[in-house]
Amino acid sequence: MKSKQQRQLFYLVPYGAWLLLFVIAPLFLLLFQSLTSANGGLTLHNYAVYFGSGTYLRMTFNSVWFAFLITLITLVISYPMAYLLNQLKRKQFWLLLVILPTWINLLLKTYAFIGLLSKTGTVNNFMSFFGIAPQQLLFSDWSFLLVAAYIEIPFMILPIFNSLAEIDPKLEQASRDLGANKWQTLRRVILPLSMPGVKAGIQAVFIPSLSLFMITRLIGGNRVITLGTAIEEHFLVTQNWQLGSTIGVILIVAMVVTMILTRDRVKKNTRK
Amino acid sequence: MAEQTPIIEFKSVSLAYGDTEILKGIDLSLEQGKFYTLLGPSGSGKTTILNLISGQLAATSGDILFENKRINDVPVEKRTVNTVFQDYALFPNMNVFENVAFGPSIKKMSKTDIERQVHDMLKLVKLDQYADRDISELSGGQRQRVAIARALANDPKVLLLDEPLSALDYKLRKDMQYELREIQQRLGITFVFVTHDQEEALAMSDWIFVMNDGVIQQNGTPEDIYDEPINHFVADFIGESNIVDGIMKTDYVVHFVGKDFENVDAGMRPNERVEVVLRPEDLDLTTIENGKLIVTIDDQSFRGDYYEITAIDDDGNEWQVQATNSAQVGERVGLTFDPEDIHIMRFNESEDDFDARLESYEDDDEE
Repeated sequence: MKSKQQRQLFYLVPYGAWLLLFVIAPLFLLLFQSLTSANGGLTLHNYAVYFGSGTYLRMTFNSVWFAFLITLITLVISYPMAYLLNQLKRKQFWLLLVILPTWINLLLKTYAFIGLLSKTGTVNNFMSFFGIAPQQLLFSDWSFLLVAAYIEIPFMILPIFNSLAEIDPKLEQASRDLGANKWQTLRRVILPLSMPGVKAGIQAVFIPSLSLFMITRLIGGNRVITLGTAIEEHFLVTQNWQLGSTIGVILIVAMVVTMILTRDRVKKNTRK
Repeated sequence: MAEQTPIIEFKSVSLAYGDTEILKGIDLSLEQGKFYTLLGPSGSGKTTILNLISGQLAATSGDILFENKRINDVPVEKRTVNTVFQDYALFPNMNVFENVAFGPSIKKMSKTDIERQVHDMLKLVKLDQYADRDISELSGGQRQRVAIARALANDPKVLLLDEPLSALDYKLRKDMQYELREIQQRLGITFVFVTHDQEEALAMSDWIFVMNDGVIQQNGTPEDIYDEPINHFVADFIGESNIVDGIMKTDYVVHFVGKDFENVDAGMRPNERVEVVLRPEDLDLTTIENGKLIVTIDDQSFRGDYYEITAIDDDGNEWQVQATNSAQVGERVGLTFDPEDIHIMRFNESEDDFDARLESYEDDDEE
């Protein structure tokens, strides 16, 4: 008995070590940093700076607003797409095509978009055939939203697709049989039953979008400054690790709040 | 039988996927207020017929009529039929009340009407105390009842039931058979019940369609089908049967296992090759002297109200016997039966020819 318990403990070692080194320790360090001043004393000064500054609050609002827009755009595109994919014959194959781009490095994809959207890029070249002068496409809110949404879409489609695939096709038949047309069936049966997937998708897109920073620089041209950008600035440019950590803590709190809001409230209605 | 317009009619309805024919020219006609059963093994096309009536599938050719109107192109949601699905297909995101209220609420009934309707339906299936329960809290039998209540809440003219009892245990299945029959008679609507369980079909139905390979093999009352199976498949599928090859020497004389027997069938060609059916419950054990057949007992098992005996005759034919008295394995005994217990099946006889032949010599008998 004891040896079995010991063996189980042994298996826990890698996970425990990982958790300690890469989750718990960094979180404590972050929290600790955020509560210290430049000369090492404990202080709430960093939080006072953060909450006292219109710039930071605007940045926070920006982060949340853009993350919201990115999530909304991906959701509006992904739900119908996941729904259609589910109706296809070889749906796993078509899903794979959607998932494929996620295997490519984020930076590469971002640079590809710079190539597409720059003043001498593919899009402007194409437009010039129709006599349209080169437009400033990069470094705008729209290009930022476009690229961010492009990158996040697979993470929205996948959970929605999975939850749709889990719905028994008999339920759709039953709904039609009881007099509901396609639209009523979608609204009253399919949509409610796919909500777990929608929530998971929102989590998977909204939370990472809060701290996007590379795209803000490369595509948004630092016109869109989010909390992610601010953290990067503080750690790498101004070397103010304390304030950087403070913003990090704020960001983590925002993530936790999002998770609480989108979790499955009651675990009823799960079958079997 | 009073002449009334059939509620549902199939006119040479076929359905095929590419080269695979699922249904081959089905003709059938269902009357208002009866309990019909489509009986057959899996893949025989019985559920396909149900899906054609409900509209989940479309026929490749042929006409489907509902109260004399062609409904081939009427979408599922516009048909006044409802289905009880095999695995119930209850909406897991709704409770019992909401499930049953689904149809009426789609129809935009008033709130009080919906409440009354749901209450009535739950009462009909004896679940009026369960309105607020979640589906996950219900047992299989209760889910079954919710599925029935939900389908009936739309006041369908025809209720389709797709093997609804197959997931229930034996005792519950028996109870539900009785209850379904009662509900059908109380409401007076047409039930079309699909099953592969011949016992269930015989117990519940006014009329049975026996199906195999996308064709209706035989249709009739449970008694007709049990007593007068038209071919090997039906005889074998409905109940237990001993089937041997024989020759119909003349009217009322059949030759099998090397002997001539008196029987009650007629209307065939002289010396026509036929199949002979003897039901196990029509065979009795007797002494060798009194036996019409002499057999050796091969196996015996006790079934509560009878002994299931397997015996082998001197030609090597196997005989199933349901006997009230037991015997010894290895013992030689006689088998006896009455002339009317012998049922003759011709090869490739159609249902119409079969009925016509029966009628022709039954008229002779009366003269």
